[in-house]
Amino acid sequence: MTPTPTTPSRRRAGPQARTIRRALLGGVLVGLLVFPLLAHPFFVLQIGAQTFVFGTVALSLIFLAAYGGMISLGQIALYGLSSYTVAILSLRHEVPWPLTVLLAVLVAATFGLIFGLVAVRTRGIYLLMITLALAMLVFLFTRQNDTIFGGWVGFTGVQAPIVGGVWLRSATVFYYLCLGVALLCYAAVRYVARAPFGLALQGIRDNERRMRALGYRVELHRVAAFVFAGALAGLGGVIGVWYQGAVSPASIDLARNIMILMMAVVGGIAYPAGAFVGALVFILLDNFTTTYLDRERFNTYIGLVFVVILLVAPNGLLGIGDQLKQAFARRRRGREPADGAPSPAASNAPATPDEVQGEGITVERRG
Amino acid sequence: MTQFVIAGLNGLTLAALYFIVASGFTLVFGLLRVVNLAHGSLYLLGAYLGWSTWQMTESWVLGVVTAALAMAVVGAVLQVALFSWMQGQDMRQALLTIGLSIVIADQLLRHYGGLAYQMTPPEPLRPATPLTGLGISYPTFRLFVLGLAVLIAVGLWLLLNRTRTGVMIRAGIDDRAMLSASGINVQRVFVLVFALGAGLAGLAGVVGGTAFSVAPGRDVEYLLAALVVVIVGGMGSVGGAALGAVLIGVTQQYGLAYFPTYSYLVTFALMVGVLALRPQGLMGRAA
Repeated sequence: MTPTPTTPSRRRAGPQARTIRRALLGGVLVGLLVFPLLAHPFFVLQIGAQTFVFGTVALSLIFLAAYGGMISLGQIALYGLSSYTVAILSLRHEVPWPLTVLLAVLVAATFGLIFGLVAVRTRGIYLLMITLALAMLVFLFTRQNDTIFGGWVGFTGVQAPIVGGVWLRSATVFYYLCLGVALLCYAAVRYVARAPFGLALQGIRDNERRMRALGYRVELHRVAAFVFAGALAGLGGVIGVWYQGAVSPASIDLARNIMILMMAVVGGIAYPAGAFVGALVFILLDNFTTTYLDRERFNTYIGLVFVVILLVAPNGLLGIGDQLKQAFARRRRGREPADGAPSPAASNAPATPDEVQGEGITVERRG
Repeated sequence: MTQFVIAGLNGLTLAALYFIVASGFTLVFGLLRVVNLAHGSLYLLGAYLGWSTWQMTESWVLGVVTAALAMAVVGAVLQVALFSWMQGQDMRQALLTIGLSIVIADQLLRHYGGLAYQMTPPEPLRPATPLTGLGISYPTFRLFVLGLAVLIAVGLWLLLNRTRTGVMIRAGIDDRAMLSASGINVQRVFVLVFALGAGLAGLAGVVGGTAFSVAPGRDVEYLLAALVVVIVGGMGSVGGAALGAVLIGVTQQYGLAYFPTYSYLVTFALMVGVLALRPQGLMGRAA
């Protein structure tokens, strides 16, 4: 993988490490491509497609968190608004599918803009809560409104389109569609992160005042990040509603919202790929508790997994590698005479959930 | 007119309950900087414990005391065992409390099932009190909840403003490092405040379980209420919690009475409005 600014240790990776990383990435890609040929169709959709759907939403959260220092709980609402748009346009107005998809993503991005405008003045925990309130507003509105959103029931019978005689929802085709969307979103995040806009966004995350002094328009960058993340969540909403065939307030309730956040944290909130790792862990656990454990207690298992990850690996599963690297580096340095200077490893550490929030309320100020 | 008065009284009762929950939440945040998203779970755990105690002993008062004390112990243990060694990592602590709340909610569901329970208050609080000036009668227990909230508010004010511990807490809210440097055992103050906040949540659980009911989902309901109240009022300010509680409780009940379909949205809309215009809350200090 190429370096991300939140993981500077990767920047100094030697050519050998880079080869290993490329081989690993290629291996994962090949594995993803051949998975539907080897696996039972049930798993292809139940595990594969679901992972990509929720992973894409988690990715939109991670984009804001890792590069913007903003942990948003509003992404599930944007996902839902996109799903609702698809349902309404295809069921009630029979709009052709390319236009439906376009409009759905546009709706999600527009609401991303609105969320961003409302939240832009808040930081850290406050931003988390204002976005949570916005998501709850959307959830409650869809639930209470019968004329547009169909109230508690929402919409059922949403069909994925048939393109060139191929029904997009048939197992293998749909898997590749979701894989394609997920890869597209992932590539877009990696690209934006290295584009001037993404670099400025990371500058703002690390030192807002300096960026402002340099002439960057901090608020504009933050809001734009919300629009981009909204579009990602919107794409997730399109494949999500095609997969489920239905959308209702229950698809975007608080439990779902927290689930997306947990996926991001379990996978690694500082790593874009963490979104999909976290989603996969969730979906696997969901399916295997059904088979091997007491399905009723899924929440206890997932809650415990979440707590344990936060306690032992606060950077998530993908962060474990970097965590170990630092631990070894610290041990190696421990043999040398200590000079009392702050350890260089600390500044090279990937962002923990707390560093991710940037100039948040971790900074203590005197009243 | 009668509907207006009753909705207002209902709003104030709800506000009283919200205040008891939110004051504990805001104290913990103000001093420890921990956004305890398991506060609703402490509320529900307290409510169920109170219900079990009440079932066994048939004493409502004992139920309240058990719930408050047990939650205070749980709060102290959480602070000592978990939060004390990840101090300053607000986001990690907040996420951890989310995980805990999910596990607690699920275990409570396993143990108590999905039914709603209600407790009956002790005999003198059971009948309705006629309010002669307004020409209606109103449940005595709800008036008692109002009085209790006022009592707790006064108690907290006295604690914070008239005792040595209160001085330490206020000093800690302003500047933890300085408090520690002046020779105070800050960790002990932290444990104390966490126990106090959690105990208030447990107490509120039994009171709320008597005025309304004890059921799965109440944890999230009261956590969200406390969050909104505290954010509107200003995080870390007990006065702000009181103001926010009255504002939210009363608007919620008037909303329910006059435009029931969208009444649920009002609270969150209010919160979004306050945060967007005054991010530190009505009575909060600029962060």
